[in-house]
Amino acid sequence: MDTKSVDQIIDRHDAEAGSLIQILLEIQSINHWLPAGALQRVSERLDVPMTRIQHIATFYKAFSLVPRGRHEVHICMGTACHVRGAVRVLEKVEDITGITPGETDLGMKYSLETVNCLGCCALGPVLEIDGKIHGRIKPSDTAGVLEKYE
Amino acid sequence: MSKILLNIDGKEVTAQEGMTVLEAAQSAGIFIPTLCHHEKLEPFGACRICMVEAESHGRTKLVVSCVYPAEEGLVVRTRSEKIDRIRRTILELLMAHAPDSEQLKELAAEYGADADRFEKEGSFCIHCGLCVRYCAEIKKKNAVGFVDRGTRKEISFVPEIALKECENCKECFPLCPTSYLQAAWVLVKALASDGS
Amino acid sequence: MPRLNSPAELEKHRQQIKSSGDPEMPCVAICAGTGCLASGADRVIEAFRDEIEKQGLKAGVRIRETGCPGFCERGPVVVIYPEEICYLDVKPEDVPEIVTTTLKEKGVVERLLYEDADTGERAVHESDIVFYRNQQRNLLENNIKIDSRSIEDYFAIGGYSALAKVLSEMKAEEVLEEVKKSGLRGRGGAGFSTGIKWEGSRNAEDDTRYVIVNADEGDPGAFMDRALLEGNPHSILEGLIIGGYAVGAEEGYVYVRQEYPLAVTNINRAIKQAREHGLLGENILGSGFDFDVIVHQGAGAFVCGESTALMTALEGRAGEPRPKYIRSNIRGLWNKPTVLNNVETWANVPLIINRGSGWFGRIGTEKSKGTKIFSLVGKINNTGLVEVPMGMTLRDIIYKIGGGIPGGRKFKAVQTGGPSGGCIPEKLLDLEVGFDELSQAGSMMGSGGMIVMDEDTCMVDVARYFIEFLTDESCGKCVPCREGLRQMHRILTNITKGKGKEGDIETLEELAETAVEASLCALGKSAPNPFLSTLKYFRDEYEAHISEKRCPALYCRDLISYYIDPEKCSGCMLCLKKCPVDAIEGKKKQVHVIVQEKCTNCGTCLDVCPSKFDAVRKLSGESRGAGQNE
Repeated sequence: MDTKSVDQIIDRHDAEAGSLIQILLEIQSINHWLPAGALQRVSERLDVPMTRIQHIATFYKAFSLVPRGRHEVHICMGTACHVRGAVRVLEKVEDITGITPGETDLGMKYSLETVNCLGCCALGPVLEIDGKIHGRIKPSDTAGVLEKYE
Repeated sequence: MSKILLNIDGKEVTAQEGMTVLEAAQSAGIFIPTLCHHEKLEPFGACRICMVEAESHGRTKLVVSCVYPAEEGLVVRTRSEKIDRIRRTILELLMAHAPDSEQLKELAAEYGADADRFEKEGSFCIHCGLCVRYCAEIKKKNAVGFVDRGTRKEISFVPEIALKECENCKECFPLCPTSYLQAAWVLVKALASDGS
Repeated sequence: MPRLNSPAELEKHRQQIKSSGDPEMPCVAICAGTGCLASGADRVIEAFRDEIEKQGLKAGVRIRETGCPGFCERGPVVVIYPEEICYLDVKPEDVPEIVTTTLKEKGVVERLLYEDADTGERAVHESDIVFYRNQQRNLLENNIKIDSRSIEDYFAIGGYSALAKVLSEMKAEEVLEEVKKSGLRGRGGAGFSTGIKWEGSRNAEDDTRYVIVNADEGDPGAFMDRALLEGNPHSILEGLIIGGYAVGAEEGYVYVRQEYPLAVTNINRAIKQAREHGLLGENILGSGFDFDVIVHQGAGAFVCGESTALMTALEGRAGEPRPKYIRSNIRGLWNKPTVLNNVETWANVPLIINRGSGWFGRIGTEKSKGTKIFSLVGKINNTGLVEVPMGMTLRDIIYKIGGGIPGGRKFKAVQTGGPSGGCIPEKLLDLEVGFDELSQAGSMMGSGGMIVMDEDTCMVDVARYFIEFLTDESCGKCVPCREGLRQMHRILTNITKGKGKEGDIETLEELAETAVEASLCALGKSAPNPFLSTLKYFRDEYEAHISEKRCPALYCRDLISYYIDPEKCSGCMLCLKKCPVDAIEGKKKQVHVIVQEKCTNCGTCLDVCPSKFDAVRKLSGESRGAGQNE
């Protein structure tokens, strides 16, 4: 991500140190990951130490320090979903994509992540792909759903 | 600065206002074990081994003495069956990481902690945070920090800063109770591809 | 966008809105909350637009995309006004029939109505449905009546009248007194007296104070705050502004978890609308009171729901909790007096102002006043959000409102209070919901998550699940939580894999004590609760796992095996084809056999075996190779 775009985001938040997480969230949302150069720029302009940025970028699950795949696949592991069999959905998705949570496949197609509750508890188990929610998903349905994504 | 009178282990202790219970105890020569405390650094409250029983207004509770402010009339007990049990468990949990740490071995002997109670863990960092906080608060270089959270938490050098500053500093090295810091430093140097 | 400079102008604007619409005009209200959208509500909405236009009804029928009314299991939910006819599980294909039958012919589409499981009776109106009938939906009832994106709709139902009353008729101290008298206690889990918290901040010596909405609803299984914030964002805002006035704060924050993108969008829009109308900013409604709100998103950390961690996150740091020796209502955000309250707590404030502390105090029990919203999920027939007066029994909620356990399975436990709570067994179902009652049984009401479990749920696995969740979400700063939970997780996982040994329970109990007594924050201190409560009420399951290597619920994969009953198998080949590791042998019309050495216990065969055969069973114990060939 180029410096100008990073600067624009920083300026929108008045370069306030308290808005550090909001700034990183915007960069993550647009770029899908946080490149080292962008973090360096944020550190300089907000005058916060790199250790703090490093901590925040790894502490919070929303951030990725490595490029992500084209499609973000999230599986909810909340209690309601767990009780309705989320573990088996996860296993099936791991099988199909060949990756485990936190990983991206070699073709950069999918990034898999578990989420601790999306708030759709009545529809568990829940599979979320690129923000679209597939509720009441059965392990046998997952292949069909994933196929639709290029 | 006004004076506060409290009672620690049956001894009358006079403390200055603003002191913590730990500082008050230390000023009276009463020993409370610590792992993450350093007089030059802000209290951290992470190791929990300095916990003591504090009684005021008829109620007793367990407090972290390095953080808890000394109060007028507070009655403190630095040892009890419960405190000892908790300290022993904390030591056993830490020794799953660093069984060879001299500091831990000494405390383990005092509290009867079994170094082999729990399965050994890979990393021998005990997260006292002394290195991170020393570099941030005293040297103000922020060359090393924490990353991630929970059981995945670790210390991590910022290579750009560390490779410039640490070789000629290393003031935090003696603070590390397990020498994990030194090992991490060796790794950072080794990973620096141009050997500088 | 008229700027409203006085309560009188607000009232005039409200009357204008109310008189401009015809209350008798037919209106199709379709839930556009996250749950129904996930079930396809967006296509239903489009279908209605198309069909209504097609049938020439556009001028005489309104379509309203509304907030979440809570019956998520049966979504998409559609309510036709003014008759209040409620249709459930609506699909786009059903829309033409609804438009013709109900909008044109004023009839009813029977098959889309709620059907009582026992009597077969159909409920026509929303209020007839047994799920809703036994609730007292003071907070949630408005969600279906408004478009969450419209401030006009909020004005039309009386929105901001509480704020107007407060700013023109009440002094800050009077507002404080009302809230104190009402008996309102925090809905986020701790249940601290809201009025006393506010008073503490007001009396703290500092000129700068803050008020915060905690919308970081992280308890898995809980989505009450999502429905409130998404569905009726202005109601939360109104409560917050009133709170700011009472406490003496000029700045408020809404901390929303980023896993709720619709809630983030809706609250941001609501704030913009409020500013345009002069309900936020300088000199609100001409009262001289200045107040504005900033939205911060969470970034995926459960621990940030803890109040001190949340404030640390608002300051742009990693969300590590701070020791609470000085309460945050005295020294909180940026070390200033800060009132942090949960979404549902704030939502109650306008109601208390409008209807009075006396009204609020008459609902509920002596120590727990008002209503509480619960998210009733898991193994339950009527899944969704349930708002009831405090004091209702768990049994009534689960059976009368929830409709009991699906599939004829037997109830086993209800888990309340999220990862800080515990499991309550059948014999205690007559406990009343409230702040103190459930704590005495080893659980807590918490933020309102209520997860029902049946005989197929392994309680040891439940304990393991929660500890695993917390090892992932722990901030990692203090030893008792980071290291204690690490070891507890290891031991519990071993137990579920048949590797438990004598002394494990005692070790777990000791680690639990250390976490409870010595952890830095409430996450660590309450982490052992699910373990302790399952041990208390289901000790036999722990002992079966450890001594007999047996899982009574037949859930733990390493302790069960799958078996095809030769008497029931018809040889249909379905399981054979679906088995991911080709572990089933057989031919068409010949009894199939699972080769235990290859079987990975994935359960696919059990899933796909047609219910008319029901030939796959789970058995306790290891491989049953020899017995298969009989």
